[in-house]
Amino acid sequence: MEIGVEDRGNVLVLKVSGRIDHLNASAFHEALTPHLSHCSADGTPIVLDLSGLDYISSAGLRIFMIVAKQANARGGRIAVAQMQPLVREIFEISHFHLVYEIFASTDDALAAISSTTTTTA
Amino acid sequence: MQIRFWGTRGSLPAPLTAADVRAKLVAALTEVQGRSLETPAAVEAFVAGLPFSIRGTFGGDSSCVELIDGENTNHVLCDMGSGARRYGVEMLRRHGPDNPQTYHVFMSHTHWDHIMGFPMFPPAYLPGNRIIIHGCHAEIAGAFHRQHGAPSFPVEFSQLQAAIEFVVLKPDTTTEIAGYQVTPLLQRHSGDSYGYRFEKNGKCVVYSTDSEHRTEQSEEAERFARFFNNADLVIFDAMYSLAEATSVKEDWGHSSNVIGVELCQMANAKRLCLFHHEPTYSDSQIEDVLHKTRRLEEITRAETPLEIITAYDGLTVTL
Ligand SMILES: [Zn+2]
Ligand SMILES: [Zn+2]
Repeated sequence: MEIGVEDRGNVLVLKVSGRIDHLNASAFHEALTPHLSHCSADGTPIVLDLSGLDYISSAGLRIFMIVAKQANARGGRIAVAQMQPLVREIFEISHFHLVYEIFASTDDALAAISSTTTTTA
Repeated sequence: MQIRFWGTRGSLPAPLTAADVRAKLVAALTEVQGRSLETPAAVEAFVAGLPFSIRGTFGGDSSCVELIDGENTNHVLCDMGSGARRYGVEMLRRHGPDNPQTYHVFMSHTHWDHIMGFPMFPPAYLPGNRIIIHGCHAEIAGAFHRQHGAPSFPVEFSQLQAAIEFVVLKPDTTTEIAGYQVTPLLQRHSGDSYGYRFEKNGKCVVYSTDSEHRTEQSEEAERFARFFNNADLVIFDAMYSLAEATSVKEDWGHSSNVIGVELCQMANAKRLCLFHHEPTYSDSQIEDVLHKTRRLEEITRAETPLEIITAYDGLTVTL
């Protein structure tokens, strides 16, 4: 499991790759945590680019739930994009599509998030 | 070995309503369109081809599962939910009132949905019958006594005519009971619950209901994988979706189909039976969970396939 960080101006793109299961779920959580502190109502939205994620187990999905709760509690916005078909099916079977906004591509996610992240005068 | 399900619903019995039955009839008759059903055989064949959620129902009684073994004259049961009523009636019909029987009952825990069938269990009222209630909770007898007598029930526990014994078992310790090697395991649930692994003649069934899992804790996942190891059938609490079980219903003490598949795959179990159905779920929702669980198994399968079934009142599984 690896996480690549890409700052796209007003949105942070985190590229997650590899497998997440009970063996590395807590390491995944630790790796995400420093980025989450900026994900708040007036902070930086996060897009998780999952194009490189090959598999996720319940232990990994649990971290996705914790992360969504942490972001929501601060009024932050977090979305997932570009899932491989297998991971997308696991998400849907687990009902995590009800927890996360899912976008077909990272660009779609950025466009959707940028258009609603309005600047206030 | 055979397993018969007498009650499969979680938390509270959930009978069908008239509207539910009507919806099934409408759905079935809609399927008839253009077919000729002029002989009884054609009708039977047509009904057999309908989805289970239309031609049947997953049932409304709460947890009660029977282990059947040809050589065994003792009766073995897991939990005494409302399904125990129908089971007890059937036992009386089969053996008659003057033919005393011995029943071994293994209790996951004493939440109401798992004991509520006992006051309506006819064999408890007949002298000569012996009912041995096994469990790992020290206060198990108290829970059975408390639901008898005023103000909850007209009959006092002391008025029951059968010989009723309570046996406290030790978790992680294998004991031979009624011809089975029985091993209980502590599970995460309000007030604790216990799963049971039954082994006999090279066959193994695990009854594991009312159990929440934290699979991110490797030792916990591995403890259950060892408990389920190579089982022919794992009866598993799959009450919630994984998303519910990790959010609004966290700490409610139940698990999901997704974790059932993962643990059975880790354990190299042969068959997973989804159990303790959410009482608000319709038959078609339970069927949908079954299909999605089968799909999950298919896309995450390593080598040997894991067969997925879902329990319904009246289902018999042969191992
Ligand atoms: Zn229960
Ligand atoms: Zn319970």
